[in-house]
Formats: sequence, C-alpha cells, structure tokens
Amino acid sequence: MSILGKLSLDAIPFHEPILIATFSAVALGGLVLAFLLIKYNLLGTLWNNWLTSVDHKRLGVMYIVLALIMLLRGFADAVMMRLQLALSTNGGEGYLPPHHYDQVFTAHGVIMIIFMAMPFMIGLMNIVLPLQIGARDVAFPFLNNLSFWLTAGGAILVNISLFVGEFAKTGWVAYPPLAGLQFSPDVGVDYYIWALQISGIGTTLTAVNFLATVFKMRAPGMKLMDMPIFTWTCTWANILIAASFPILTVTLALLTLDRYLDFHFFTNDGGGNSMMYINLFWAWGHPEVYILVLPAFGIFSEVVSTFTGKRLFGHKSMIWASGAISILGFIVWLHHFFTMGSSANVNAFFGMATMVIAVPTGVKLFNWLFTMYRGRLRVTVPVLWTLGFMVTFTIGGMTGVLLAVPGADYVLHNSLFLIAHFHNTIIGGAVFGYLAGFVFWFPKVMGFTLNEKLGKTAFWCWLIGFFLAFMPLYVLGFLGMTRRLNHTDNPDWNIWLYIALVGAFVIMAGIISQLLQLYVSFRDRKDNMDTTGDPWNAHTLEWATSSPPQSYNFAVIPTVSDIDAFTDMKEKGEAYVRKDSYAPIHMPKNTASGMLVSGCVTVMGFALIWHIWWLAALGLFGSFVFLVIRAYTKDVDYYVQPDEVARTENAYLDSVAKG
Amino acid sequence: MILLLTRILSKVALALMVGLLAGCQGGVLDPKGQVGIEEKQLIIVATLLMLLVVIPVIFMTLYFAWKYREGRDEIYEPKWSHSTKIETIVWVIPIVIVIILGVITWKSTHALDPYKPLKSDKDHINVQVVSMNWKWLFIYPDLGIASVNELRFPANVPVAFQISSEGTMNSFFIPQLGSQIYSMAGMVTKLHLIANEPGTFKGISSNYSGPGFSNMKFNAIATPTEADFDAWVEGVKAGSHDVINNGVLNQVSYDKLAEYDADPHHKHEATPVQYYNSIEPGIFTDNVMKFMKDHGQVELLKGTSFEPKMIHDGSDHGEMNHGEMNHGEMNHEASEHSSHEMHMEADK
Repeated sequence: MSILGKLSLDAIPFHEPILIATFSAVALGGLVLAFLLIKYNLLGTLWNNWLTSVDHKRLGVMYIVLALIMLLRGFADAVMMRLQLALSTNGGEGYLPPHHYDQVFTAHGVIMIIFMAMPFMIGLMNIVLPLQIGARDVAFPFLNNLSFWLTAGGAILVNISLFVGEFAKTGWVAYPPLAGLQFSPDVGVDYYIWALQISGIGTTLTAVNFLATVFKMRAPGMKLMDMPIFTWTCTWANILIAASFPILTVTLALLTLDRYLDFHFFTNDGGGNSMMYINLFWAWGHPEVYILVLPAFGIFSEVVSTFTGKRLFGHKSMIWASGAISILGFIVWLHHFFTMGSSANVNAFFGMATMVIAVPTGVKLFNWLFTMYRGRLRVTVPVLWTLGFMVTFTIGGMTGVLLAVPGADYVLHNSLFLIAHFHNTIIGGAVFGYLAGFVFWFPKVMGFTLNEKLGKTAFWCWLIGFFLAFMPLYVLGFLGMTRRLNHTDNPDWNIWLYIALVGAFVIMAGIISQLLQLYVSFRDRKDNMDTTGDPWNAHTLEWATSSPPQSYNFAVIPTVSDIDAFTDMKEKGEAYVRKDSYAPIHMPKNTASGMLVSGCVTVMGFALIWHIWWLAALGLFGSFVFLVIRAYTKDVDYYVQPDEVARTENAYLDSVAKG
Repeated sequence: MILLLTRILSKVALALMVGLLAGCQGGVLDPKGQVGIEEKQLIIVATLLMLLVVIPVIFMTLYFAWKYREGRDEIYEPKWSHSTKIETIVWVIPIVIVIILGVITWKSTHALDPYKPLKSDKDHINVQVVSMNWKWLFIYPDLGIASVNELRFPANVPVAFQISSEGTMNSFFIPQLGSQIYSMAGMVTKLHLIANEPGTFKGISSNYSGPGFSNMKFNAIATPTEADFDAWVEGVKAGSHDVINNGVLNQVSYDKLAEYDADPHHKHEATPVQYYNSIEPGIFTDNVMKFMKDHGQVELLKGTSFEPKMIHDGSDHGEMNHGEMNHGEMNHEASEHSSHEMHMEADK
C-alpha cells in the first residue's frame, strides 16, 4: 500500500462531466469570494470577529450560513433526482446511471437532515436561547465554538466526497449488509461514517452545553416553568440529543469495526445480525426527527403569540405536550420496520405508541388556534409560514398516523407515500419553522428587517411548490411505486412524476426569491433599520436588547417576574431604563483552538477514509495537543469596562428614544 | 354547526377519495387478493376517522386567521391564555380518536399478521423465496421445481412464502396482493398471500439493495384454475416451456445463479425468466444455514478447552428453527409445524 493509502489519481472523477462542472463552479466561486475578501480588506474581520468567535450569536449566524449553503447543495441533489425520474419513465434510462444516482439520493438525505436541518435548528437556538433566558452567553463558550467546527468538519468531508472518491450508495440509513465491506467495498460508506461521527459529536456537545445553560444561567426570577416556549422546546430537543446521539455514535463505531477490523456485528456470517443495526439506527433516528421539529414548534408558538399581540394559550400545556412527545419519541422506533417480521403483538404495540404521539401534537395545534382566538393577528411573513405549517403539517401528521397502523404500513412501507409523508412533516413542519424563525429573528441579528414582498413571494412559491412536488408522491405510493428506483416503466406514473418535477422548480423559485430577498434587504437596509431592538412589539427578553445585541447581551441582567418577561417590563415601564453606572462585564476571549482541534479531527477522518494511517495518527495527535494547550491556557477572558458599557448603552437608548 | 360542516366535508372527501381510488389501477388501492382488500379497507377507515379532526383543524386555522386579523374590530383579549374547559376538550378529542384507532390497530394487526396462515378450504402452496443480487429465486419444495423472476400459483389458493436472502436485504412485495416482508440472509421470514382472481401482477423488491435494484422485478401470475397451474408445473418438469431451462437446482447451479456483476459502473440488466426442472432437497435451508456455520465458533479457541460446544453440525436440516426469526412471545406453532413437515417432504 502506498504512502497515501487507497488514495490515487483514479479517485478524482474526471470522467463525470457533471462533477467536473460542479467542481469548476465551486472553485471559481471560492476564488471570487477570496478576491472580494482581500479587496475589501475583510480577512482580518472574518478571522477575528467570526471564525475564532465564541459569541453564541456569531456562532449561530455561522451555523445558519452553513445550513443555507448545504440547503443549496441538498436541493440541487433533489432537483437532479426529480429530473432523472421524469426523464427515465417508460423504460427510458435518464441521464444519471445508478452508480451516480444512488450517491445523489444518499447525499440528499444525509445533507438535508444532518447538515441542513440540524445546523439551522442549532443556529437559531444559539442566537436566541441565551438571550431569551437573560444570559450573557452559553455555559461553555469555547465548547460551543468547538461544536460548530466539528459540525463544519463533517460537512466538509461530505463535500470533499464529491470530488475525491465517492459518497455512500446505500441510502441515508446505510443499512448493513449493503453498507458492509462485502457489498460496499469503496470509500463511500467511510465518508458517511466519519462525516456523521464527527458532526454527531459536535451535536452531542452542543446539547450538553445548552442544557447546562438553561439549568444554571437563567435570569433571576425565571423559574423553569417560566422559560419562554422556544427555550423549552429547544431544551426538550437537547435532552433528546443527549440521550439519543450517543446511540448513533456507538452504532457507527460498531459499523466502523465491521469495516476496518473485520468484526462481525452486522455481517451476514460470523454471528452478525443486521437487524441490530436497524434497531439501533432508529433508536437514534426516530428521536432525531423530534429533535428537528420540536424547536420549530417553539418558533411557531413565539410567532403566533407575538403577532396576535397575545399571550400564548396554554403555556404549561405546551411544555408538557413537548415533554410527552420527547419521551414517547423513544418508544416508537420499531415503526420504521413493521415489515421485518415481528409478531403482531410487537407491531401493534409500536403502532399504538406512535399514534399516542398524535395526542400532544394535536394539543399543540389547538393551542396555536386558541392563541389566535380573540387576538389581533398581523399577517406578516413569519405568520404566513406558521399558517402554511398548520395546514400542511396537519396533513403530514394524518398520513403519519396512517403509516403507524401496521396493516396499512405493510403495503405503504418504503413507497413514495412514505417519502411524501416525511417530507410533509420535515418541510411542512421543521423547515417552515426555521424559515419563519429566520425572518422573525433576522432583524435581531442583523439590525434590519427583511423585505416583506419578496418574503411573501418566497412563501407562496414554497407552499405551492411543496404541494405540487409531494402530493403526487402520495398518489405514486398508492400506485405501488417504491423509493430509490433509478428508472421506471409504468405509464400510469408518468403524469405524477412530471407534476412533481414542476413542483421542485416552483420550490426553486421560492429559494431564489429568498436569496433575492437577502440581497434587496441588504441593499435597502437604511430604510429598514431596527433602531429599537423590538421591531415586532414582542414578548420575550431577546427583544429587550439592541439589534444586533452587544457582545455581552445585557448591560444589566434583567429580573424576571412573568412568562412574557419583556411585555411585563414594557407594561411596568421598566424597559429602556437608563442607568447611572454599570458594573464591569466578564466575557470570554476569542480563540482559534476550536478550529485547530476540529481541523485535526477532520484530517484524521479524511485519512481514515483513505486508509492513510500515518496521517490519521498525526490528526488524532494534533487534536489532542491543541486540546491540551487550550486546557492549560489561562488567558481566556476579559472585562468590558463600565465606561464602555455606558457609552454603548446610551447610544442604544438614544436611538430607541428617536424611534 | 362545525359538526354539520365536518360531515359535509367528510362526504366530499369520501367522494374525492372514491374518485381517486377508481383511477388507481394496478396499485395498492386496486387489490386483487384478500389481504390487500382488507388492507385497503383499513386505510380508508383510518383516513376517514382522522379527517374528523384534520378537516376542522384546517378550517379553524384559516377561519381564525381571517376573523381575528388586524384591522377587524373583533374582541381582543391580550391576556386571555387559559381555559380549563378548552384545554380539557383539546386533550380529550385527540385521545378519543387515538383510542378508537388503537383498537382498530390492535385488531387489524393481529388479523393481518403476515405470519398467520390464511383461512381457506384449500391447502397452502409452499414457495421458498430467495432474493439475490438482483433477481428473485422461487423454489417450490413440494413440487420439485424452481423459477427465477417468475412466480406462478393458482387463483383462490393460499400461498405460504418462506423468504430469505442470499446477500443484501430486500423486501418481497406484490402490491396488488397485499403485505410485504423483508428478506434477510441467514434468516427466514414468512408471508401468506392469496389472489382472489386470475391475473398477472407486478412483483418488486421494495427495499433498495444496490445498483441493479430497479430491475429486480418479477411477474406474479395467478392461473385461472389449479389444472392450469398443474399443467405449468408439468411443463417445467418436462422442460417443454419456451423459457431458459437450467436443469437441476443444486448447490453448484445455485451458486452460479447467485453470481453477480459487482462493478457499480456497469449496466445491470434484468435477469430473464428461467426454470429449474428439479431441485436438490433442502437447497433453501442449506443456503439459509450456511451463514450460521461459524456461529458460536471462535477460530482462536479451536482445540482449547474454551472451545464452545457445537450446537448444530450443519447436516441436521431439521434444525431450521435456528435460522428463523425469533418470533418473541407470539406462538406460530401452526406455521412452524407446517414448515417442518414441508421440509421433511422436501428431504424425501
């Protein structure tokens, strides 16, 4: 074996014109970006204010930038798949051979869940959660930075697989024995393993960090049950992460042992059993979908109560409903494989447990309805996303309960009906929620509001596009079309496959409107400035600071006496009060350690994928060294001096007074 | 008022659904077998039941958003956020629906258990199914023949499938007849189906298994009468059909059939229909059990006092239960019994 392990020039896909064109475009984009950064002298800003930052708000922005980039990549995969299926009906071959197509659908699933939805959710949580509980940062700011870079490291590995070697051809679940060495001897599954493993550890650390934050760093007076609902749903999601991601870590580790050291956990022979992998995978995978959707539920709650100018109906009920969903989410994993041959008792139990989840979810819907009831609803863009969600998600929930009936699942399992169902809940639930949160909190982070007209265009394109793209898949499922087919020959399916392709293009128009919205809003930002820090007349503490907030969030930590803490302050006249003097504020210093540690881990992952053992050892050693150096560094904090605090606070209060 | 509206809406939905069903030819909503028919009814009942909540929720969402929007002088109560009465109702309604659905689920899951033999005055036809990369092998142990990518059985006679895999996991599925079940190497899963009328139904793998997966299709042909089926069997035995005849299915020809092109860059065409006019007894079980041969054995311990005792010696075909899925507390005595019997017969 050469010094580069399995890596050679053959790993570069010169013969794939699609990939070479993509690579050229990415390289060109990178060069233009580098040129602009140098031209406008922004490299220093990028390094000092962003890449090395431990500020939760800036990390949140970086998470969301990562999520949006990966959204574009994952969506390009989606359009490629829809195009292939529309071109390969009636026995045609289409333009993507299985070798390429199978990688595309695997990458689409992995990217959309692990590298789009998760970073988007964690990004919003990073920005909002510490502000909502009146904290100056998270409990462990450096760890937060490390978590981000581990997530980014995983994302980088997935993207390298486009141009060096290949990605897994197993579907995003990577079931053995297909994902084992016997049937997938190439590097694809290894890319999958190390990308998920590295980013998964980052996610676990995030959960630990934010749990410590909500339990130890709430503003005085804020009892646990008084925490804002978004913070609560994030907290439930973090509990789920802390409990379920270690299962993923171990499952992937076992698969790694199978593939690297000839173990037999999941192989056909040698006493292995692939059913164990499938159980373990979904013991993580099912809680994972609630990790994605619970924070989105929290966003809808904040949006509805803000824009109706009303208190959230049934705050306690919402907290317990989220808790019930979290706990029940752990005892339903078997519904992903009713068709494996479990007994009727087992299947019936898991089917019924799944249905029970519809109860707290239904309660949430009713609570949003009764929040609108006798309110004054301002139909803004976040509200449109919320209404769109309530209609769409209800349908997705219904088809989910239908799939939970084993007798129905026996014919619908793995069909396009299932694909339609989970896109119905993940797009109509989680993604609509994140996009609502994006518009809602954008002025808080950037200091100006987003263009309303383009926001509405984006919403309608997404909503209509969604229905056009996914309702046909329900029909195709009933017509007997299974998932992951490369080509089909049933003339009855053609029309539905064509409609679905049109739907994908309408969603594309939505995404383009959103990019345009960002550009136009930035261009016209002087007209849309948020000078008060509270553009929506909202309820919770993140709106009690300037937009964007100072690095220390609150000059004086607020004392809380109501669930809607900021509304309460406004009513009592305690908001926007000018203080005579301020205390010095203790803050963490920026550090490059997170980047260095994660960089070494990512190099290790890449080396392990290609069996470059010396480089893997070097990467592991490097990450250890940088971690130790960081652990022994004493110069990690500083104080913001009172006069500086006074200066910034007065400037902010002046701008509030001006309106 | 809302109740009335719900009823009207669900009637409209029903009409729409019936219309959709009529257009669904060849799919799971156009079933031709008892199992599929019951599953279709289950889907319709469960959907209608859920529409009782779903339609009012969608309606209320749009109505409340319209009625309480800014600029209309409706009642405004910014601090109203709790009502025990409403909270009780919103918890109770979903609970009631879920209880009803739960009862339906419990009963239907037992009634439609794929492992349960179908009630019929006729005896089951036994078929052993093996998924290979990327084709289906059907072995008729009682009839001494086998076929590739074509499954034939008489209409109105129940078929008992034993399903396993030669490598990757697949799912054995004939959408118009009903349930599907995974095929897994080293294990045997079971499925019982029947065709209520003659016809040719599409059979697929509904679990992705690699580059040749899309062509892993077969025709499931229900012959009009048992005599037609018998004639086909005789024809296969005599080798008189105009289809590739591979002779005897023994370990050598089985291994040859199982060979596949592993290069993902190559095109993987569908495997043509083929017959075997005789079979080596126990060929199915042998190939399930071959994955078990090192079970409990550790190379390093061989010859030491730590060597585990052999549980089965591989030649004992009667021990096929070890290869079956552990079926928990469900006692499938009947079907296990029949598989034993069947096996004995096959061994003769």
